[in-house]
Amino acid sequence: MRRAQNVKGWLFCTPALAAMALVTAYPILDAVRLSLYRYDLRHAAPPDFIGIGNYFSVLSSEVWWQALGNTLLITTISVFFELVLGFALALLMHKAVFGRRTVRSAALVPYAIITVVAALAWKFAFDPTTGFVNSLLGVDRAWLNERWSAFGVIILSEIWKTTPFMALLLLAGLSLIPDDVLRAARVDGASALQRFRLITLPLMKPSILVALLFRTLDAFRIFDSVYVLTRGAHGTESVSVIGYNTLIARLNLGLGSAVSVLIFLCTLAIALLFTKSFGTPLLRTGR
Amino acid sequence: MRIRFAGMDGFLGALGSLLVVTYALLPVIWIISLSLKPGRELGNARFFPDTLSLEHYRTVFNDPQFPAALLNSVGIASIATGLSITIAIFAAYAIVRLDFRGKHWIFYGTLAVAMFPPISVVGPLFELWRTLRLFDTWPGLILPYLSFTLPLAIWTLTAFFREIPWDLERAARVDGATPSQAFRLVILPLVAPGIVASAILVFIFAWNDFLFAASLTSTDRARTVPVAIAFFTGSSQFELPTGSIAAASVVVTIPIIALVLMFQRRIIAGLTAGAVKG
Repeated sequence: MRRAQNVKGWLFCTPALAAMALVTAYPILDAVRLSLYRYDLRHAAPPDFIGIGNYFSVLSSEVWWQALGNTLLITTISVFFELVLGFALALLMHKAVFGRRTVRSAALVPYAIITVVAALAWKFAFDPTTGFVNSLLGVDRAWLNERWSAFGVIILSEIWKTTPFMALLLLAGLSLIPDDVLRAARVDGASALQRFRLITLPLMKPSILVALLFRTLDAFRIFDSVYVLTRGAHGTESVSVIGYNTLIARLNLGLGSAVSVLIFLCTLAIALLFTKSFGTPLLRTGR
Repeated sequence: MRIRFAGMDGFLGALGSLLVVTYALLPVIWIISLSLKPGRELGNARFFPDTLSLEHYRTVFNDPQFPAALLNSVGIASIATGLSITIAIFAAYAIVRLDFRGKHWIFYGTLAVAMFPPISVVGPLFELWRTLRLFDTWPGLILPYLSFTLPLAIWTLTAFFREIPWDLERAARVDGATPSQAFRLVILPLVAPGIVASAILVFIFAWNDFLFAASLTSTDRARTVPVAIAFFTGSSQFELPTGSIAAASVVVTIPIIALVLMFQRRIIAGLTAGAVKG
């Protein structure tokens, strides 16, 4: 019986595992291979093995380090605001007595909108000719043509789109906190702030970490909004934009693959950093 | 005292709800209002149109790019969703119902794929697809969408499957049903709502993708809506066809929002349950 379940279990899971491996494990190994060649599709020359030459080129270029800095900046600021706003939204969704359905429905709207469409809506809103933002604020400003204000719009667009998702992940954690614990603390005279700090937050720690990890990794690969809002101009490139421009726009597969592998390693580092410094709530909740 | 508190909470709650609704709908209403402004009003910097016009909707549907992209998007996202959900149903069933060694590896696999940066595989897929003649075709996009949506599909389905009273399956077997009959006739109707919710989440993922679609397509043959909208060029090369882009955006946004709102409760259950139980 046990043996039969083993066979059947793996039989049922094989298609899923195979499909996932086919489009992730195999291509990433292929990217490692390609990254060791000088391989530019615009030139007729066949691929030429150059070892770690491409990594040297990427790591010694200012463009890469600027993009990495930009990406980390966008990630940190947007995830921070998403956590704060997401928590407020989650508490509201959890507690709202009336209008509960409306709030939950509204929260799903940004999630359902295509990122490119949302970014374009913001682009038009901040545009000096079509937009309403300048006349609303009484300023005359080309927001997307200047580095820091462009970052502002990119981050705003990212926060708008993903805060509801963060809120839903946190809501899951909130609903796991037993009501009677909170009620008992209230009877014992704990203030709302104390209840939040001493009961809600500690019990929420695993969900917060899961939400933070997922959103950090997701924000780190930001591409759509940056591409639509600035195309990486005015020093706003993210690492994914660099990867796309090298691979697809300039067709430099060797150099582009080196960028891809480096982005993959950064992702891995972020994931390890989270699990190492906060323990492994992910793996425990996974059971 | 108690009543005053309830009143205060109610007031704050109502204020919060109003804020959330405004926050969520602001860009949506803005893009709808842009799409309805006649061409000469596009530069007037007002939030709402003074006069309503459907000219931009006529333009996008008369231009061959947009209808082609719409068809590609609907076709590719639907097929990817169908395949992903089918494969995920088997995996989720095995995870919930069968006791087999190494089960946790499935979980690690989905976790790894969920965290995976798509840009890392775009280059190799671009090269591979050109050799396999999958570049700029439907299957060329269906395959990556299928793989990248599997974690989401497996997690949400696993969460829904856990809530099913599986004793019913055993009862059906005792009454003489075959395993496949028991699943199809007894279990499937019970999990159908969960499957629909998971399918919507997977569909949104595929429908939303820009990176793969921008990298692995080049013409109207397989170009999807996000790419068509982002690369939309009007009659003039130097000016963004704002009105047409807005109209196309509205056309692809409203049906999805309607769908999500219809299944609101289950989608939230799927997203949150998937998050907690992994």
